[in-house]
Amino acid sequence: MSTAAAHDDHHHHAPKGLKRWLFSTNHKDIGTLYLWFSFAMFMVGGLLAMVIRTELLEPGMQFVDPEFFNQMTTVHGLAMVFGAVMPGFVGLANWMIPLMIGAPDMALPRMNNWSFWILPFAFLILLSSVFMSAFGAGHPSAPNFGWTFYAPLSTEYGPASTDLFILSVHMMGISSIMGAINVIVTVFNLRAPGMTLMKMPLFVWTWLITAFLLIAVMPVLAGAVTMMLTDRHFGTSFFNAAGGGDPVLFQHVFWFFGHPEVYIMILPAFGIVSAIIPTFARKPLFGYASMVYATASIALLSFVVWAHHMFTVGMPLAGTLFFMYMTMLISVPTGVTVFNWVATMWRGSMTFELPMKWAIAFVILFTCGGLSGLMLAITPVDFQYHDTYFVVAHFHYVLVTGAVFSMFAAAYYWLPKWSGVMPNKLLGELHFWSSLISVNLLFFPMHFVGLAGMPRRYADYALQFADYNFWISIGGFWFGLSQLLFLAVCILCALKKGEKAPARSWEGAEGLEWEVPSPAPFHTYDTPPVVK
Amino acid sequence: MQSTLFHRAAVGLISLMFSGMAVASDWTERSNENLRPGVTGVSQEVYDLHTTILWIVTIIGLLVFGLILVSMVRHRRSKNPNPSTFHENVFLEVLWTVVPFVILIAMAVPATRVLIELDDSSKAELTVKVTGHRWKWEYEYLTYQDDNNIGVSYMSNLATPVEQINNPVLAGGLFPYGTAQEAVGSEFPEKDKNYNLEADKPLVLPSGQKVRFLITSADVIHSFWIPDLGGKKDAIPGFVNETWAVVPEGKEGTYYGQCAELCGKNHAFMPIEAEVVSQEEFQTWLAQKKEEAAAAPDLTPFADLDEAMTLGEQTYKGACAVCHGNNGQGGVGLPFAGSDFATNEEHLDEHIDVLVNGRAAMPAFGAQLSPKEIAAVVTYERNAWGNESGDLIQPQDVQDHE
Repeated sequence: MSTAAAHDDHHHHAPKGLKRWLFSTNHKDIGTLYLWFSFAMFMVGGLLAMVIRTELLEPGMQFVDPEFFNQMTTVHGLAMVFGAVMPGFVGLANWMIPLMIGAPDMALPRMNNWSFWILPFAFLILLSSVFMSAFGAGHPSAPNFGWTFYAPLSTEYGPASTDLFILSVHMMGISSIMGAINVIVTVFNLRAPGMTLMKMPLFVWTWLITAFLLIAVMPVLAGAVTMMLTDRHFGTSFFNAAGGGDPVLFQHVFWFFGHPEVYIMILPAFGIVSAIIPTFARKPLFGYASMVYATASIALLSFVVWAHHMFTVGMPLAGTLFFMYMTMLISVPTGVTVFNWVATMWRGSMTFELPMKWAIAFVILFTCGGLSGLMLAITPVDFQYHDTYFVVAHFHYVLVTGAVFSMFAAAYYWLPKWSGVMPNKLLGELHFWSSLISVNLLFFPMHFVGLAGMPRRYADYALQFADYNFWISIGGFWFGLSQLLFLAVCILCALKKGEKAPARSWEGAEGLEWEVPSPAPFHTYDTPPVVK
Repeated sequence: MQSTLFHRAAVGLISLMFSGMAVASDWTERSNENLRPGVTGVSQEVYDLHTTILWIVTIIGLLVFGLILVSMVRHRRSKNPNPSTFHENVFLEVLWTVVPFVILIAMAVPATRVLIELDDSSKAELTVKVTGHRWKWEYEYLTYQDDNNIGVSYMSNLATPVEQINNPVLAGGLFPYGTAQEAVGSEFPEKDKNYNLEADKPLVLPSGQKVRFLITSADVIHSFWIPDLGGKKDAIPGFVNETWAVVPEGKEGTYYGQCAELCGKNHAFMPIEAEVVSQEEFQTWLAQKKEEAAAAPDLTPFADLDEAMTLGEQTYKGACAVCHGNNGQGGVGLPFAGSDFATNEEHLDEHIDVLVNGRAAMPAFGAQLSPKEIAAVVTYERNAWGNESGDLIQPQDVQDHE
């Protein structure tokens, strides 16, 4: 079926040292860079969250100024969304899409290099503002308006560092758009003979759909920050009511990007879980075609639900009703994907290796996040839930126990292919159970304080929220520390310490990526495999 | 406090499901885990919707998780070594598309009804304009029954003393109360029951009458939210949003709320305190407020520096400390302590002018503070924290200032 191309390593001169990484055009090396970068940003964003949770341990201001607190919530959100989750999935796409469709590399390797190397500089610019705020003379404020940067808080009232933020977001956007173009071109042009669209692994499908979402909405984000820039410096009034502009317009533009963005961060996760569950249930994925259609309809619907983030801005009744119905509707295809996973497990022959553990935790906890999302869709009740910790709980269930857990599942699943050794079982088990317990201690009580009325982005709170906040903080520190175990697992794999992995690293694994040796050679599929 | 927490969390989860039966009408019986039913008809309907949808998602969740659990137990390799190979079933797939759709329609009907009801703010008896400021609320009474010319407005600030809020850890603030505080021996005062919720001048509303709120902002976006009155509405500069509430007679009391849209540094410190009173009490209160507003400003000079300093300190803490620091050390606003501005005679006129008319980010206080208060604040800022200018500004000086 395949032509594993281990033989061609010797006739290609592979650069060594720093140059290998700096000038790399190899999809595997660039994938590795993306993944390490994503993990580094996950730790940076996590550290900022630790500052938040330390301040919220008890009522009263103990550790930081409310102003610095706002900077922490802002940069935490930006680092996690644009630094950890998005590059993490791009890293997985880089590594796995060519292997899964039998392509020798990504279609546009030099652009691939560029789209990665923009990122470290984008974040250097953004994070420099945090360093200046923490250690610089006079403590100039870092961005402090939340990751949603609503005008006019971010325009007329934004700190000087807002301009660093704007530049940085532009760079991240360029990086994402190039990454998305690369995925689309690769999938449409470099599939091996016989690999028809409806034979592609679901991870490739979900990424293809995600890439279209990215190309559609990243320019909208770029437009939003450009309008901010001209409002701030060139005398325009897009978002300034006093100049004839409209602060609510900002929210419409932002969420027209922001809601598809939510699905950008979850659709690849659907693909990962759809690869892992069949492997360990030893049974083909239930409803492959309906999974493709469900993902596509989620993507389409994601363009007509944006205003559910802004039910309280005072939209006309008809608009509010439209967005409520559309938002409720999106739970139908999402439900279909969950039911498909359960049906895949049903009457399978399951074993629970690490990737499967993470995948099942994903299905259950992501469903929790989906169900609280359905509650949030009910607009009259959303008037109470909106901007409270209930929302914070909701989106952390979909983003942490959803997107991030799926990436852990992916890492444990494909680490043998990447490194050639099996991930350390003991550390892996510890990492899983420790994360699973702490993440729920961290996020579940947020539902309670949110319903009881604690607004989000609060540096200090009323006394009835004190007990839960204490435990939320403990859960936060615990979850944060647990991730060091994952770092240890990755370092061991990178150092090739561990049990040697066979080409088909998991007994029930299907797909082209398991036909090549482990670790995957530097170049694969110089001669395309033939898919029957 | 923590030893009982797991117990409380368990009770909380259960009470979450059944709390529809016990109606907590008083904020003092605050729920720690669930939405409060509130006191208005709308808030109760919202609460019922919440309870219904919570039951629906809980049942769906338990069904799905139950299936996963059963499958994990029964369809593991040790129990089921030969996996089945089925991978589609049209009946099932249609079923789990159609059934959720029907449930959604069942949810959308009551949600739509409440939404339409909420949208109708006509026929209000009292109209109050609520303006969000960084970081306080302004209440302006516009019309009440036939009176279209009330002319009563005031600012409402956080009343929690700054000593209760600031507990820097280096001074033992990690343990601001309880036994740990005694052990460490920090000197921070205990926090009041309504910590961070109480305001100096509450929003006063009559019971049994429909109140329409016109909500806007003077600077950034805020959100006006009193949970017991059923939901929030954003305060947006350049827009006037509407919402309404009727607190039934017999439900008089104090209801607290907080700003719900990030508005900068002191977002967490601009509470809303609504005092709902009977109609007679409200009318008396409004008449008195109208009288105060119509009266000529009190221009009696201060007898001595001490009198001005006392009023000045009080006013400063309410209106100025939030930006300029409790000890004049600055913050969002410029520092006064030891500054040339607050000690040099040359800047005296300018000092009064900035307070009355505002400058750049500094808001104008001419309309919200009396000449006497402005004079006292200027005096205070020029004589406190080691500033020894000796300037005593009299109310007449402020009144004469144009």
